[in-house]
Amino acid sequence: MTVAVRVIPCLDVDAGRVVKGVRFEDLRDAGDPVELARRYNEAGADELTFLDVTASTADRSTTYDVVAQTAEEVFIPLTVGGGVRSVEDVDKLLRSGADKVSINTAAVARPEVIDEITRRFGSQVLTLSLDARRTDDPSVASGFEVTTHGGRQGTGIDAVAWCREAAERGVGEILLNSIDADGTQEGFDLEMIRAVRAVTTVPLIASGGAGSPEDFPPAIDAGADAVLAASIFHFGPVDMIARVKQAIREAGHPVR
Amino acid sequence: MAGVTGAARPTVAVLDYGSGNTHSAVRALQRAGADARLTADADDVMNADGLVVPGVGAFQSVMTALKDLGATRWIGRRVAGGRPVLGICVGHQILFDAGVEHGVRTEGMGEWPGVVEALPAPIVPHMGWNTVRPAEGSALFRGIEDERFYFVHSYGVLKWEFDQAHEKIAPPRVTWANHGGDFIAAVENGPLAATQFHPEKSGDAGMQLLANWLGTL
Repeated sequence: MTVAVRVIPCLDVDAGRVVKGVRFEDLRDAGDPVELARRYNEAGADELTFLDVTASTADRSTTYDVVAQTAEEVFIPLTVGGGVRSVEDVDKLLRSGADKVSINTAAVARPEVIDEITRRFGSQVLTLSLDARRTDDPSVASGFEVTTHGGRQGTGIDAVAWCREAAERGVGEILLNSIDADGTQEGFDLEMIRAVRAVTTVPLIASGGAGSPEDFPPAIDAGADAVLAASIFHFGPVDMIARVKQAIREAGHPVR
Repeated sequence: MAGVTGAARPTVAVLDYGSGNTHSAVRALQRAGADARLTADADDVMNADGLVVPGVGAFQSVMTALKDLGATRWIGRRVAGGRPVLGICVGHQILFDAGVEHGVRTEGMGEWPGVVEALPAPIVPHMGWNTVRPAEGSALFRGIEDERFYFVHSYGVLKWEFDQAHEKIAPPRVTWANHGGDFIAAVENGPLAATQFHPEKSGDAGMQLLANWLGTL
């Protein structure tokens, strides 16, 4: 009788198309985010995340279209992130059909935007997304540093302290992505998950490093409430969501 | 997935008072078989077969927005006239006596006794898919008693304080869920129904619940 561990596929969207590649053989159009969202919904996804990686602001309106079209037919929670900077951006995305919005670089640059957004729409609409990596920099106490620009730039900000501050400012959950683990398929950074779990009481989504269903249960044991991944779902067999849930269930955690 | 069958699709007004993502509620109701639309027009609200009161965010801001629109009176008039109303999430919470958030008490509509207070759980918001314990004889949960529904909230009604000792009045049916402690997940009370979770975001199970509600209109 507890809340289920959420399994969340993440779709990177560039100018209205899914990037990072998708390898489902029977999809008519593997680059169509709406079709992929429909597929993941049918496969048992608990929630979907769209990450807008569009470079130009002009193409960003296509993301609103993608969200709106998906919300027309997929009745599970939709989170949208990428390029979110202001209350106005959040308002537009919510009106397009997003249930939650994630904020990353803009909050690092100006933490007060978290207060502004959550005051207007409530904590539950805002996810703090952060890309963190291990560092030897002695000024970063936890040993985990916030990065920007997809992990290419360090900030010198302590990732664990940043999570604590963002939660105090009002974010409703935290999406913790390990830059070191991202793409390695060697498993989640469990130490990083434990370190963030120890300082916050908002739900924690672990991301980065999943290579097989067996990689997921340790992330839950380390304190994650939900797990997010892209490649393993895009490139794996169609029933990968079910396999991941099976592994989580067998480890003794509830799934839907 | 069951929708409403038969000649006429029931009309449903989804109350528009600037509350978050209402688009999904309209679309889900349409999918479940309703002729649904978003509206803040008094005639639309009064004439519809069903009224849905969505709501996200803070109890106080939702209550203020509803009052500014005159919608608390519309809801009251519909209920007094036996016309169905479904509250969702904060739209469920504001039907109780009051809400206490960050130490500030805000009066609710008082349709049911009880105070909306912080969930006594180690991890909040309560966010995700959880099980429920449906009330015996529930119409809303018929056929979906063992399904999970999508919740996202930090506050809830932890105690049911209704005086049921009136033989001539059927008692409300109360459905419970648990996150750190028991809280009320849904209430069915004559024309007035409410869910703490989001049926419009609860996949096939939520769609069935909406279809079940439409079936009562």
